[in-house]
Amino acid sequence: MSLLTNMTLGQFVPGDSFIHALDPRCKIVCTFILLTGLFMASSPADFALWAALLGILSLLSKTKLRVILRSARSVWVLVAITAVLNVFWTPGNEIFRIGFFRVTQEGLTVAFSMGMRLFFLVIFAGMLMMTTSPMAFSDGLERLLSPLAKLRFPASEMAMMMTIALRFIPTLFEETDRILKAQLSRGADFETGSVIKRARSFIPVLIPLFVLVFQRAENLATAMESRCYVAGKKRSRLNPLVWCARDSGAVLMLLAYIALVFFFDRVVFPVMFS
Amino acid sequence: MPIEIQNVSYTYNSGTSAAYEALSDISFTVERGEWIAIVGHTGSGKSTLAQHMNALLLPQSGSVTVDGIKSREKSKELRTVRRKVGLVFQYPEQQFFAETVREEIAFAPSNWGVSGDDLERSVLDAAGAVGLDTALLENNPFALSGGQRRRVALASIIAMRPDYLVLDEPTAGLDATGIRELSSLLGRIRDSGLGVVQITHDLQSALTESSRILVLENGRCVTSGTPEEIASYLLDNPVRGLLIPPLVRFCAGLRARGVRINLTSGLPEVLARLEEARG
Repeated sequence: MSLLTNMTLGQFVPGDSFIHALDPRCKIVCTFILLTGLFMASSPADFALWAALLGILSLLSKTKLRVILRSARSVWVLVAITAVLNVFWTPGNEIFRIGFFRVTQEGLTVAFSMGMRLFFLVIFAGMLMMTTSPMAFSDGLERLLSPLAKLRFPASEMAMMMTIALRFIPTLFEETDRILKAQLSRGADFETGSVIKRARSFIPVLIPLFVLVFQRAENLATAMESRCYVAGKKRSRLNPLVWCARDSGAVLMLLAYIALVFFFDRVVFPVMFS
Repeated sequence: MPIEIQNVSYTYNSGTSAAYEALSDISFTVERGEWIAIVGHTGSGKSTLAQHMNALLLPQSGSVTVDGIKSREKSKELRTVRRKVGLVFQYPEQQFFAETVREEIAFAPSNWGVSGDDLERSVLDAAGAVGLDTALLENNPFALSGGQRRRVALASIIAMRPDYLVLDEPTAGLDATGIRELSSLLGRIRDSGLGVVQITHDLQSALTESSRILVLENGRCVTSGTPEEIASYLLDNPVRGLLIPPLVRFCAGLRARGVRINLTSGLPEVLARLEEARG
């Protein structure tokens, strides 16, 4: 169970905020706008505006900033590595050098902006998943991808596969936990010995797990078929997605904000800081 | 020396909003050579209790002592406890991984370093103890019937020669014949000197086979005693999810009409008393 409690990044947190209530399609589109917009940001002043946006989103989603930042704990390492690599690998005006490594002014700038971009990227993607239930998310994705069905892209099957996969993650954790304990009861030892010995000791866990997964898949397929599911066939919906005025409003507001950031970046900041 | 469970409590996800108290202040002991049944509805904490007995879970308060060894975090003796107390999970055949029945049964003893002739003897003894045909030893365990698979799973625990055997819902998914065979098998295991703990929601087998019964409800021990005491308790105080077997109800009815009979009498005895009463 400890595996489960640590998985906070992108885990859905039910709520009744403005953002929770938005159409999932709107949230997916907005996230794409955000991610695209991020690549125009470079200066510290830009990122201050992005941070302000993050604050606004935190308020609108009634999710504490602390919770959002904590959920991104695991990516700090990635952000740090990206930043460090960029510091050393960018050519330009040398500031100082540590042995073989040169630290350049350009390197520091690039490291900062890459690190920040990556950080915001993960946070925004994480916020999408935190405020959108897996079901709503795959529904939204299916609808967004549905025009591709004309090109024979299996949008609804993809969405169904994703829904099922997400649904079974906790179940598989439970099964793994149970099999682990059963093999521990039979004297299995997963903690001592060489790396190879420890890897081998997981075979008695992996085989029963695979057997169970295939059995479950088989049962699920039978259960779906007996309720007349046919892949690719059009299905009606219990809760059809309805695009409201507030969804359009949200997209427009976001675009306006990004345009504003862009305007500041290109026009205001150069004047201010020159 | 026995398994001693003293004032054990256990809460899942403690300290979070999803906290759930699975066990609350449970105490009892299991001696070798006795058969204890722990009965309760689904979610009453039975499985959590089973996992405490072989140190898969450690008590958050209270203590679990097996033959004088106290289960403690990071104790080097946790594995010893797991060997002394063989835990058979619900649907134990779901843990199979080996290609032959022989390898499957040899898994536990070889984990304890048993090898060569000793290992061979452990496998054969265990197979014999559960009444498994030695011709099946080279078969693929996945290809066996349900009842045979259950025997192999049981043998794979018995092969490590535990002093106690804890079984979580051992009869789940078995047919009537399978249940009867398993009961007599567990009886023989008890007679060979092992302490048997059967966790079940099936009162019938608990009342006829065990020497003592513990009734759990929502993580608390409601009552404990001999099958006769438990039967009479449950007639007066029904516990959610525990169905009183028809024969027990019948005996209670006979008693109310003045027939001197035990509540947990078997069918032959009931028939004999009926003959007497008629004659």
